[in-house]
Amino acid sequence: MIERYLIQASTYAGSIDGIILLVTVLVGFWFLAAEGVFFWLIWKFREKPGLKSQYLTGKEKHIKRWITFPHALVLVCDVFIIIGSVRVWYDVKQQLPEADSTIRVIGQQWAWTFQHPGPDNELDTDDDIFTVDELHVEVEKTYHFRLESRDVLHSFSVPVFRLKQDAIPGRSIVGWFRATVEGEYDVQCAEICGIGHGVMAARVSIENPNQHAAWISESSAAIAP
Amino acid sequence: MADTAVDVHRGEPHGHDDHHHGPQGLLKYLWSTDHKIIAMQYLFTGMAMAVIGGYMAYVFRMQLAFPGISVPGFGQVSPGEYNSLVTNHGSIMIFWVAMPVLIAAFGNYLIPLMIGADDMVFPRINRLSYQIFLLSALILLASFFVRGGGFGGAWTAYPPLSAVGSYNQTQIGATMWLIAVALEFVAFLLGGINFITTLMNSRAPGMKAYDIPLVCWMIVIASILFMLSVGPLIAGAVMLLFDQTLGTGFYDPARGGDPVLWQHLFWFFGHPEVYVVLLPAIGITIEVIATFARKKIFGYKLVLYTTVATGVLSFFVWAHHQFVAGIDPRMANVFTITTLLISVPIAELLFVIIATLYGGSIRLTTPMLWALAFVAEFLIGGVTGIYLGASGADIYFHDTYFVLAHFHYTFFPIAIVGTFCAFTYWFPKMFGKMMNDTLGKIHFWGTIIPFNFIFIPLFVLGIGGQHRRIYNYQHFPELAGPGMYRLREVATISLLIMLAFQLVFFYNCITSWMKGARAGRNPWKANTLEWTTESPPPHGNWPPDQMPNVYRGPYEYGHPDREEDYWPQHQPT
Amino acid sequence: MAHAKPLATLRSATGIPTGRLAVWWVLASEVVIFGGLLGSYLMHRIGHPEWAEAAAHTQTWIGALNTFVLLTSSFTAVLAHQAAEKGNGKEAAKLLGFTILGAITFLIVKSFEWANEISHGYTITANTFWSFYYTAAGLHALHVIAGAIIMGVVAVDAYRGRELHRVELIGIYWHFVDVVWIFLFPLLYIAK
Repeated sequence: MIERYLIQASTYAGSIDGIILLVTVLVGFWFLAAEGVFFWLIWKFREKPGLKSQYLTGKEKHIKRWITFPHALVLVCDVFIIIGSVRVWYDVKQQLPEADSTIRVIGQQWAWTFQHPGPDNELDTDDDIFTVDELHVEVEKTYHFRLESRDVLHSFSVPVFRLKQDAIPGRSIVGWFRATVEGEYDVQCAEICGIGHGVMAARVSIENPNQHAAWISESSAAIAP
Repeated sequence: MADTAVDVHRGEPHGHDDHHHGPQGLLKYLWSTDHKIIAMQYLFTGMAMAVIGGYMAYVFRMQLAFPGISVPGFGQVSPGEYNSLVTNHGSIMIFWVAMPVLIAAFGNYLIPLMIGADDMVFPRINRLSYQIFLLSALILLASFFVRGGGFGGAWTAYPPLSAVGSYNQTQIGATMWLIAVALEFVAFLLGGINFITTLMNSRAPGMKAYDIPLVCWMIVIASILFMLSVGPLIAGAVMLLFDQTLGTGFYDPARGGDPVLWQHLFWFFGHPEVYVVLLPAIGITIEVIATFARKKIFGYKLVLYTTVATGVLSFFVWAHHQFVAGIDPRMANVFTITTLLISVPIAELLFVIIATLYGGSIRLTTPMLWALAFVAEFLIGGVTGIYLGASGADIYFHDTYFVLAHFHYTFFPIAIVGTFCAFTYWFPKMFGKMMNDTLGKIHFWGTIIPFNFIFIPLFVLGIGGQHRRIYNYQHFPELAGPGMYRLREVATISLLIMLAFQLVFFYNCITSWMKGARAGRNPWKANTLEWTTESPPPHGNWPPDQMPNVYRGPYEYGHPDREEDYWPQHQPT
Repeated sequence: MAHAKPLATLRSATGIPTGRLAVWWVLASEVVIFGGLLGSYLMHRIGHPEWAEAAAHTQTWIGALNTFVLLTSSFTAVLAHQAAEKGNGKEAAKLLGFTILGAITFLIVKSFEWANEISHGYTITANTFWSFYYTAAGLHALHVIAGAIIMGVVAVDAYRGRELHRVELIGIYWHFVDVVWIFLFPLLYIAK
């Protein structure tokens, strides 16, 4: 469903799209069934001259069945969705696979600062590369991000990864992603942060190993003494 | 015991214009304690605020579809103004339209009439509640004209943005907004006391608990839900007010505060709040469907129990608004479970309403069209909520237009469809005239069809990753393509069409009131007590010696022992 | 001012007087307000053990004195209710007067306490512990003031032999104000 508009560019984008598909199938069934029965009843029991309405108290088993069975079935569907969702959630938010690299993402009114670890692949060392509104990552590498804010709440959202995490001032929140497709895609701020909320547009550039290495050395050369 | 100063004039026949009580003329309306007049005050204030909230939607939707346009009737929309518009649109629609119309207006009007009482038990507190409510509305409207303009931090007002003026750039507006909301809460706490105690105690002789019309139950359960959930937010609002004005640091991490605390306090109230407005709308739908399908509601007690279950469960789902907000990820699983489980009693409620149609004799009057539309549209809102309750899916959908479309498919049926349903149904009782049914149907279709064309495009935009509260998508290449803009245009033009059709409604109201056919006491041949008195009812609702007694439940339609297909509650067996 | 009471007020389908029902509902909503505030405080306090340093400066003996004052005033409110039950409006009014005196004493003691603390630099913005302290105790004090005013109105009516049932109702509210303080006292003064 989402793929019609945005590619899946991370390892977990597929499973998030999967749970969305599961919900669509189950909920779609209920929706069509309920609306179908609803409109059929309106048509079938429309006012006819001389025909009086029936007196039904709610205890009639043959009709009550039509409520208790669906009722139980809804519960069963819910259980399937819960199980599916918990698995996806665990995958994305509760577990943390080993990092190939760590970056820091800092939101502020109204720009994103990305701190890349530089050639030594260690964050908070002298060769770190700072960019504004552009994130550079290598494809097929697992990244941890440390998400922070300098002022108000922001939210780091990369739709093609299906990733989202709020940034809270005073905290450094850890998350992860692993990009699977090369290209350049949108990064949005997903929490209203003032009048510049709409201009906090950034881009993530997912690069193959050569491109990424080239970018690192260019950027390092630029800050070399 | 109670000191009873019974009004000696009550025995004399008097009509609509009551000359025996208190001040005359305009003062009578400003200072009246009659529940019907207070109801009208809430109704008209709420409808006026709806016009203002609708105007705001018009302005920001024009900006979204045609970025940079000078919107007719507003001008160019700056980013700051955009934030103020969306903030106040949301706040107005929930706090100053849905609640006053569905709960305060129809609750005040209907509860005494439907339980056979002559007024609420605390008429002066009732009047006070409206006056506080009016004050809250005026403060909110005044906030648009102060330096910096109206508050621009979203109706959810998350700190630190909402706590610090230099962050939100609407410092005075932010405090006025907060005070307006707090006063609105106080008004509804006061109003709720009247609804709850009047329903508990002042029923007509013979009216047992299960003989009470369901809309009364719904409004009272909603009031209880409100009273039990708003407390923590009032505490949180006091803390936010102090952060804004005194420089305290309740929500400032640099001083040991926690921004997420506000979110918990807000949503602990915020989630039950949606049921606070849903329940009255469902109650109204039930009354209208029973009357025009000529059917007893299929399972009165079932409706009551599932409603209470929904209400109780609603206290345990709040953090589904905060899945990605930085809460402990393990907590998210708990809230996914509770949130999905709450779909069960709600689904049951809808199934019971649908089942009521079985075996009926359905008459598609204008109120019935609205009631049926409520069910059909709310189903969409309800099922799309499942995506958001499932934490895994919510990672993607949070803060997108998918959320926005979901809650408009719930709130619009509740606040707009529910209001038109109630208004067209009880108009004859309130004003003594029949509304023009043809105009009513034109207004109905002219509202419902465009409504879907506004929000289905927004679902699509949300699926495409469009985030909320952004005034111009031109900065995001994935959202700036012609396909995306076409969707925005469709939504906006549909809104214009829908707004245009509201003129039909206003025209119908005025001409029906002035020269519509006279309504008798019971034009719909309904069973409940409000239809036993004059249209409109006099002060005191019935002559004191003719207060009704009750002999049966409210939905005895189609009874086999009767020739007529209805059996009013007050007729002796 | 004469006001016609609706016939609705004469009915009692539950058997419980309407006024008492109303007061209990008011208290239910107040419990959630104070519960929310104190719950927030507790969560913060647990997360910030260093607040003990600030909390050490609250004056426990003044808090204890005020606790005694409030408990005594609740006692006189009970006596006032008993007098009202017997139909003795003048006695009830006198006892309500003592309760109001207790309220005023409470507020005077608190003013001295706060003036003292503020002069030592413990203001509402000093740190978040003190922010909670003043907010919680301040909200409580507002309820004391409001309660005392309503109690005054009830006392005046009672003196004239009118609306004696309201003595019980304002008494119930007063006990609630007392109970909130019983929670505040250990949370703000004793837990150090």
